[in-house]
Parts: sequence; structure tokens; C-alpha cells
Amino acid sequence: MKKHITRTILCFAALTVMAVILFSISLTSGSSSLRAIDAFRILTGNQQNDAAQRIIFDIRMPRALSAMLLGGALSVSGFLLQSFFRNPIAGPFVLGISSGAKLCVAWIMIASLQHGFVLHSAAMIAAAFCGALICMLTILLFAGKVQNMSQLIISGVMIGYICSALTDFAVTFADDANIVNLHNWSRGSFAGADWMDVRDMAVLVLAGLAGAIWMSKPISAYQLGETYAANMGVRIRAFRLALILLSSLLSACVTAFAGPVSFVGIAVPHLVKSMLRTAKPLLVIPAAFLGGGVFCMGCDLLARTLFTPQELSVSTVTAVFGAPVVIWVMLRRERERSAS
Amino acid sequence: MNPVLHTRELSVGYQHKIVVSGLTFHANAGEILTLIGPNGAGKSTVLKTIAAQLPPISGTIALCGDSLVGLSPHEVATRISLLLTGKPAAERMTCFDVAATGRYPYTGRFGLLSSKDREIVHDALCMVEAESLADTDFRCISDGQRQIVMLARAIAQQPRILLLDEPTSYLDISHKLRILTRLRTLAKERQIAVIQSLHELDLAQKFSDSVLCIHAQRAERCGTPEEIFSGDYISTLYGISTGKYDPLYGTAEASPVTGKPRIFVIGGNGSGIPVYRKLHRAGIPFAAGILHENDVDCPAAHALGAKVITERAFEPISDATYQEAETCLRQCEAVYCSLPAFGTGNARLAVLRDFAEKTHLLIQDLQTWLRSEMESTCNTHSSLTDH
Repeated sequence: MKKHITRTILCFAALTVMAVILFSISLTSGSSSLRAIDAFRILTGNQQNDAAQRIIFDIRMPRALSAMLLGGALSVSGFLLQSFFRNPIAGPFVLGISSGAKLCVAWIMIASLQHGFVLHSAAMIAAAFCGALICMLTILLFAGKVQNMSQLIISGVMIGYICSALTDFAVTFADDANIVNLHNWSRGSFAGADWMDVRDMAVLVLAGLAGAIWMSKPISAYQLGETYAANMGVRIRAFRLALILLSSLLSACVTAFAGPVSFVGIAVPHLVKSMLRTAKPLLVIPAAFLGGGVFCMGCDLLARTLFTPQELSVSTVTAVFGAPVVIWVMLRRERERSAS
Repeated sequence: MNPVLHTRELSVGYQHKIVVSGLTFHANAGEILTLIGPNGAGKSTVLKTIAAQLPPISGTIALCGDSLVGLSPHEVATRISLLLTGKPAAERMTCFDVAATGRYPYTGRFGLLSSKDREIVHDALCMVEAESLADTDFRCISDGQRQIVMLARAIAQQPRILLLDEPTSYLDISHKLRILTRLRTLAKERQIAVIQSLHELDLAQKFSDSVLCIHAQRAERCGTPEEIFSGDYISTLYGISTGKYDPLYGTAEASPVTGKPRIFVIGGNGSGIPVYRKLHRAGIPFAAGILHENDVDCPAAHALGAKVITERAFEPISDATYQEAETCLRQCEAVYCSLPAFGTGNARLAVLRDFAEKTHLLIQDLQTWLRSEMESTCNTHSSLTDH
């Protein structure tokens, strides 16, 4: 018991320290010729430099914050989906939910740009939420029909491909002027967030996080299976609906602001569970949020600094680190199955 | 006695398809009610309905005096707990964690356990003698232990009614007995009404206070095990057409090998049973005798033998019976005696044995006889195919 508590405290402390360190590095490094030491001085208020100040406060800081928030949202959403489908490799990207959100956002973006006005972020989020919900419901339809969990994942991946194809189709016929922007976004990137965006996403993501923590008790009951959960007094229909809405909201929020970001939703919850050595939602959800933030800030940092001035898409980096985790999870499950 | 659960003219099923109807029964505190019936009869559907996971189609269910339909999920959770067959997937949970999920209806918003909750969970684990497993990962224990821990979970929920759907499936005999013994103690000590479905009729007979038989979409019979497990009812209930079910011993036997008996077995006092089984496996029709009707060999001989010659219980073997046995023996190809010695009650069997020896029918080694029999049948078969 005591060991568990120590471990939990250590994990949260480690994640917080990592978040702080990565945040600081994010502010002080980048493609601009700004030296780290100068950036540090500006942050502490010991140096005045308008341009540099703008780079740090208006570009790097919102970007780091959005990576933190959206990364957290993705991994919490992944954890919710894994609990919902009782499938360890479920996640917003794998199940095609991100791609569905992406499709809706792309279409609405192009439509609005053609009519010459720029979309408010609320409209983007609403579109992404609709797309995510539509895909989620399609997946649920499949889930009712297929018993096998790998079939569910396959149908999710296929839905993702269809949505991506339709998105590409839209991008191809979009105005030249918008393509660059749209193309960047559709590959996944935390760039371009301003303070207004950060405020909007903070409200939504933190609300989603609070909702997830609020539901941690029924989620823990659900881990034993639906029948047992019902026997413990969980109102199953309401619970499932809440879980669908929450995970769709979180992944829609990410897609609206940063496009599809792969593998965070699967990899981070598993890493966090291994760290904590427990699957208790009350602990895993906040830890997954922190962990997802750290993971995405780290990946974003690599994406923009590794080959400066060229910037990688963040999905490229998250896939490199996330995909091996998925393979590891599957191998571990296979080992458990053969052991029992 | 005050029934905890009472159903009246209950029909259960899915949407418009009625699976079982006419269920009127009650479950008393401190007693075990067992549902038996063939596969697919609807035992699980009945349990699901009582657990409030499936709305009843018609009829009423009263739980401690309240109508089940009107209760909130939380109220149901504090009165009924469940144990299902099969492995629940519990990722990274210790057995204590799993058992502690039983406290769910009693904990607060975030499900944190109070020290009293921990004590109750610990007590539940102790009750099923699984306290040593508390810190073990739930995935790393055997199926039997898992079922035991799930029982602790159900106990920790402090229900008035415990519902179990085939709690002993997939378990070895020692775990079956352990689970059922625990259930009986639990029912008595905590005055819980236990309702379970079982496939093992012998165990149902031994561990139930009352038995409800579900057959042909109806609650066919309800009564004490003594009432249910008598006569040919069980064979009818399960539609046994091949083989035989002995309600007295709770044993099932395969159909006899019929035909003209080829070997006569002189047995009794349990010595005949292994011989009957060996012959039955080899597919050789046999006659058994002379058995007293109260001899332990009798049920098996009746189930497996082509002919059984019996004498009334507690009577010495009469002349008529002896004659019948001798006639039958004479027509057999061989005689085997499984009795090492005879007493005053079956002294005439010694005479029968000596008669067989005189007529050179008596064989000493059954195994050798069986082997030569097998070979000769094989030869006949191969010579037939040669032509």
C-alpha cells in the first residue's frame, strides 16, 4: 500500500518536472537565431527586445501550451476509448475518429475560404465534433456486429482511410492560396496557435479532463465488464453516451486545432499505466493528461528543431515513438494469453 | 420464513420473444435455490431478469417487498450481487482491487475506499480463504482462484441476494466443491438468499435447499432436491435418450451394449463395476449376476449390462434365481468372477462359480480374454475385407 502511494507521487512528480523542463526548452529553442541565453533573459524580464519577445510570447509559448493541452486531450481520449471498447489498441486515430473530424473540418474550411471569410475556431471545433461523432457512431455500428476486437480496429482503420481519401480529394480542388495552410494542418501540426486558440482549447480540454475524472468511478467499474458494471449500479446507457461524447469532444478539439496526430492516444495511456503499475482511472486519467502533454511537447520540439529550418509534421515524430509502444502492447498481451 | 425474492407469473425474454414463462417461485434468506434445465432453456435469462439487467415481459418480481422494476440501479446494487462464469478481463488489478469493486455502491463520487470498506473487502477475501492472494495480479491466478476472488467481490457487495450463473463451470472438482461449500456457509451465516444455475446435477442435488426446473419455456417443477431427483424425471427434463441418469447416486451412464450376452460376470459389493465398464468399453454385451437389489453393483449393471439377474434385498438367493443364472451362464462364451470371497448371503455364487469352472467356462484373466476377443473380431473383419 505504502509502496503504491510512493510510486504514484514519484510518477506525478516526474511527469510535472518533465513538463516544466520541456516547456522551458520549447520557449528557448527554435529555428530563429535567438540564443537560448537571450531567450532566458527575456523571460526573466532582464532584456528588452520586441521581436524576440514576440517570438517567445506570441509564437513559442502558445505553441508549447497547445501541444501540452492537446497532447493531454489525445491521450485521455485514447484512454476513454480503450475503456469503452475494452480494447488496448483503440484510440482516436486508429478508430478513424480523428480522420472523420479532419474530413469535416477540411470541407468546412474550404467552403468558407471560397466564400472569402475565415472561420472562427468555434465553427471548426463544432465541425470536428460532428465528424468525430459520425465516425464514432459508424464504429459503434460495426462494434455491434463484430465480436472480434481486431476486426473492430480494422474497420476503424478503413474508415480512417476513406475519410483521409475524401479529405485529400477536397484539398486537391482547393484554391492554391489555401493549399499550403490546409496541407500543413491536414498532416498534423501544433504550429500557428495564438492566444485566443489556446484559451478556447484550454476551456474545452480542461472541461473534458474534468468530465473524465468525474467519470473515473464508473470507468473503473466498467473495467470488469458491462454486466458487472450494471450490477454495481452504473447506468450503462447514460455512461456509454457520456463516454462517447467526452472522447469525441476531446479528439475533435485536437483535430480542429492541430489536425490528426497519431499514436499518442494509444501509446501514452499504456506507458502511464506501466509507470503507475495500476489501471485505476482516478490516477491514470490525470497522469495520462500530463504524460500526453509531455509526450507531445517533446515530439513537437523534435519536429521543429531536428532539421531546422525544415519542420517535420508532428505525426511523423509521434509515430516513431508511439508505434513501437503499440507493438509492445500487443506482444505483451500475446504473452499473457499464452501464459494463462 | 420470509422470502427475500418473490416472483409471480413472471415471463422473461428479449423484446417480444418469450424465453421462459410461468415463473412463480421464491428465494428464502439462508437458502440455496438452484436452477437446472437443459442447455438453452433460459436459466441465464431468468437470472439476468432477476438481476434487473433485463426488463421482465410480464409478471412481477418483488425484492424484499419492493417491486424490482421500481428500484434504481443503485438500490438494486446494494441488494443483489452477481457472479458470472468466464474470465473478466481486469488489467493491472490485484485480487484485492477486484474484490474491492464490490464496494462500488457504497463508496463516494471517486470510489475511494474508507478503512471500513477495506476491512469488509479483507473479510470477504478471508471468508473464501483467498486473503493470501490479495496482492497478486488478477491475471496471474488460476481460473478456480479467479472464481473464488469474484465470489469475494460478490460478498463484499453485502447483498441480500447472490445470483450465480454456472459458478462451477470450467473448474476442477476441488474448486467446485470449495465454491459450493463456501456458498452454503455464506447463505447460512449472512442470511443471504443464493440463487444459482448449475449443470452438475449431482452437485445441485447435494448443495441446494430447493430446485427449480426450467424446461420447454416453462418453469416445469419447483421443489426440494428429494422431490425433483426421484424417478425418471431428470431423464425426461433433459430428454436423455442415450444413456441413463441415476437420481439416487447422481450419476450418468452411457447406453448399454445390447444383444445376446457373451460373458457372465459374477460380481457384487462394488467388485463388478470396473469389470462392467471394461466390457462396456470393449462393446461386449454381458450378463451380470446374481446381485442383490441393494448391491452397489446393481445400478451400473442395470445401466450397462445386456442382462442382469437380481435377488430381492436382504434375502438369500432362491432356487429360481439360481436356476435362471445358471441357464444364462450356460449360454455365454465365458464366465468371469470378480468376487474374491463369498459370504453367507451369497454362498450360492460360490456354487455358480464352481459350476462354471467345471464346464470350463471360467476365465481367470479378463484382460487376456478381451485381447483374444479383439483379435478374433479384427481377424473376422480383415478376412471379410480380403474376400
